Amino acid sequence: MEREQLIRTMESILGTEGVVHEREQLRSYECDGLMNYRVVPDLVVLPESAEHVQQIIRVCYEEGIPFVARGSGTGLSGGALPVQSGVLIVLSRMRKILEVDIPNQRIVVEPGVINIWVSQEVADEGYYYAPDPASQVVSSIGGNLAENSGGVHCLKYGFTTNHVMGAEVVLADGSVVHIGGGKAPDAPGYELLGAFVGSEGTLGIATKITLRLLRVPEAVRTLLAAFEDTEEAGGAVSGIIGGGIVPAAIEMMDALCIEAVETAVHPGFPQAGAILIVELDGPEAEVADQFDRVIKVCEENNASEIKVAEDDAERALFWKGRKAAFAAMGRIANDYYVQDAVVPRTELGAVLKRISELGEEYGMRIANVFHAGDGNLHPLVLYDNDNPGEAEQAEELAADIVFACLDHGGSLTGEHGIGVDKKKFMPKMFTDDDMNTMQLLRCAFDPHGLCNPGKIFPTPRLCGERPGPFHMHPIQRAGLAENF
Amino acid sequence: MDTSTKNVSLEDLQKIVGEEHAREATEEDVVDGVAPSFVAEPGSTEEISELMKLASEEGLVAAPRGSGTKMDLGNPPRDLDLIVSTARMNEIIEHTPGDQVVRTQAGLKLQDLQEQLASADQMLGIDPPETRAGATVGGIVAANSSGPRRYSYGTVRDLIIGITVVLPDGTIAKAGGKVVKNVAGYDLSKLFTGSLGTLGVIATCNFRLHPKPEAARTVAVELGDTLSAGQAAQAIVHAQLVPSAVELHWSEEQKLLSILIEGIPPGVEAQAETASYLLKGFGEVRTLSDEEVEDLGPLDPPGVGDEEVAIQVSAPPAELTGVLDSVLGATERRGVTPRITGHAGVGTTYVALSGGDEEARVQVVEELREIWVRRGGSVVVRKAPPSTKSRLEAWGPVGDYLGLLRRVKDKFDPGGNLNPGRFVGGI
Repeated sequence: MEREQLIRTMESILGTEGVVHEREQLRSYECDGLMNYRVVPDLVVLPESAEHVQQIIRVCYEEGIPFVARGSGTGLSGGALPVQSGVLIVLSRMRKILEVDIPNQRIVVEPGVINIWVSQEVADEGYYYAPDPASQVVSSIGGNLAENSGGVHCLKYGFTTNHVMGAEVVLADGSVVHIGGGKAPDAPGYELLGAFVGSEGTLGIATKITLRLLRVPEAVRTLLAAFEDTEEAGGAVSGIIGGGIVPAAIEMMDALCIEAVETAVHPGFPQAGAILIVELDGPEAEVADQFDRVIKVCEENNASEIKVAEDDAERALFWKGRKAAFAAMGRIANDYYVQDAVVPRTELGAVLKRISELGEEYGMRIANVFHAGDGNLHPLVLYDNDNPGEAEQAEELAADIVFACLDHGGSLTGEHGIGVDKKKFMPKMFTDDDMNTMQLLRCAFDPHGLCNPGKIFPTPRLCGERPGPFHMHPIQRAGLAENF
Repeated sequence: MDTSTKNVSLEDLQKIVGEEHAREATEEDVVDGVAPSFVAEPGSTEEISELMKLASEEGLVAAPRGSGTKMDLGNPPRDLDLIVSTARMNEIIEHTPGDQVVRTQAGLKLQDLQEQLASADQMLGIDPPETRAGATVGGIVAANSSGPRRYSYGTVRDLIIGITVVLPDGTIAKAGGKVVKNVAGYDLSKLFTGSLGTLGVIATCNFRLHPKPEAARTVAVELGDTLSAGQAAQAIVHAQLVPSAVELHWSEEQKLLSILIEGIPPGVEAQAETASYLLKGFGEVRTLSDEEVEDLGPLDPPGVGDEEVAIQVSAPPAELTGVLDSVLGATERRGVTPRITGHAGVGTTYVALSGGDEEARVQVVEELREIWVRRGGSVVVRKAPPSTKSRLEAWGPVGDYLGLLRRVKDKFDPGGNLNPGRFVGGI
């Protein structure tokens, strides 16, 4: 189908206001939160309903046009990077909260609904939605689903995958399936929902999502503890976890990060080599007792200062400082590269040491902010784009950090996803057999590879389908894939 | 279904796993009336791979088995030649207490694992009833078995963080890893959870662990009717309590809702007090002794009697009263006696049907399906005599995703060599 004809077809479905095709306007969709990859999509469509999504995908399927879903575009691995000659399906006009079911502790939303709206919607009832990625004021539930977003409280409460109970999904051929029980548990069949969440938009587009709501805890207590260095702070983390406490969150920031955050949002963080923010929540009596234990552990690990949040306002300030960490880097460096990797908790000390060595080897500054409780590191490599070659060097250093994490038994990514950014590293963590097996799942969902192609896997595979509507696959034609 | 020549001898299998680890099948190995020819006990992932390669090349139909505690689950297999037993693969591969992660071989018995973990004051947060019968971690993952604590810890799909599987063609593949937080690649651990041995043989599993609670107490309320059962459960789940389990026990002799509270001593005490206060309005409240808790189960699952039909009704948790009324109504009208237990906070209710004739029991299941499938739930037959199974599909109708289930099966097991017929929709 010619582009002009495609535009007219999409306009007949969505109206002229639902289709973006002017060059200049298309440019605003050329990347997501990861800005070093850019592709201008051929066409952007803005559906308002599940039926729209289905109609759009049917056209794509019949014409063999690849498509990519995008929520708020805050992803950090290029998961919503458009594909050339493809359609970008932007779900930000699907923002309805469809149903609140407090008796069953469920809420049903459209994919464009912003994460924080969910908790706001049910706050008066004493409920909230647990996954809270730092982007929660802008990121969408559909995007969270695609990336299996985490957040600072996932140590205790789990990730998006533990809170999504059902989804209506439009598959790559335009058919609609309802997976997961939604309100009832244990739907018979394979755990398709568990496989779908975190599949980075490659298995279909969720158009209706059922989430689990949690009761707001009776008590929440938060402290901030300062240490001479990350090693001592790490000792405190081990002491807390080893003591049988599962905090709602334990976050660590190093000196460079503290400096940046203090300059940017003035949360009143002490000057220190490292700080921990520890939050406990639950029944009052339990929290009170465990909070005392946490303070004791921090003292035993030579905390130079312990600040207990006296009220909600002070707690909010601590978290404001933590959640502003990425953005605050702009205060101490022109540019920075965000890394996301995981190590087993007991390897944290060794890996931090290695990161600091790598910084010295490269002669670059690295700020560390991370979810210490689950070993999820976010080293920020600082550089200046005006100095030729520094951006490439920062990227190389960030890659070496990930390799160090893998050497210590970790993972390529804890929450930002593989996307386009890390697909080249997948073979360092998985064998060809591992990846081919994963792609069997993709072949079951999307045999023609139309749904967000070119993400996650370094070598896309075709699925050995009998020639159907397509005689030659567009990806194959471009020499980008081989037959499976 | 014998479409290929099955030229496999016992010696061929022994060549792979060793002479003493392959044998002719016996009466004990029969699955729902279908008799296999051989049983092989591989000692490693590589040996599973060799076995599967041979099986797929020769057209042997295989069924994985751990301790065999759930071989009644699902429809009778369409065909069966070889049982692949993970019994010898019973080791903990790695346990670093500081990471709160364990890697195990699939044939490890859950109770052995829990015993080992207890020495580090840790546990895997699952407690399916067949644990006591020796269920293995691989079997529990394959059947997505759960117990009372799923109310707070989730099911095994929420706790598994990595897996190694062997596909029917012998391919060894892994997914996930040994860190709790990890989004690299597709989450095949979850796909294989509950797949009932129809996609591949689970060889190893990695799990996240939790600290073992220091103290526990069970508070229970005597229930007068089904309405108070539903209301009492709602009162607990909407409170700011964090119980480990909210369980229903309902039979002629006793009708109880029990609340398991775990944690540190002061927390347990305070929460038990709050729970008692909340439950007072529904009937007499008391703290159960350890022996009473033990007797109540659910470690003795419904459906252990040979004549019984055991079903699981899944429904939105707020509909507990409706579930109980429907079960009591359907059984009473047909002279069938129900024994009911359930994870009341979650929405799963287990019913053992005894008495009445087979026709009556089949009708009860059909009536409940008619009601609960329409309301977004399901009614699964977990155990039944072969004659009943021939009249009742085990899983019941599923929704618009059946075609997708079939495509997944076709991709992973194109030759249909693994457990054909037992799963949803005859998969």
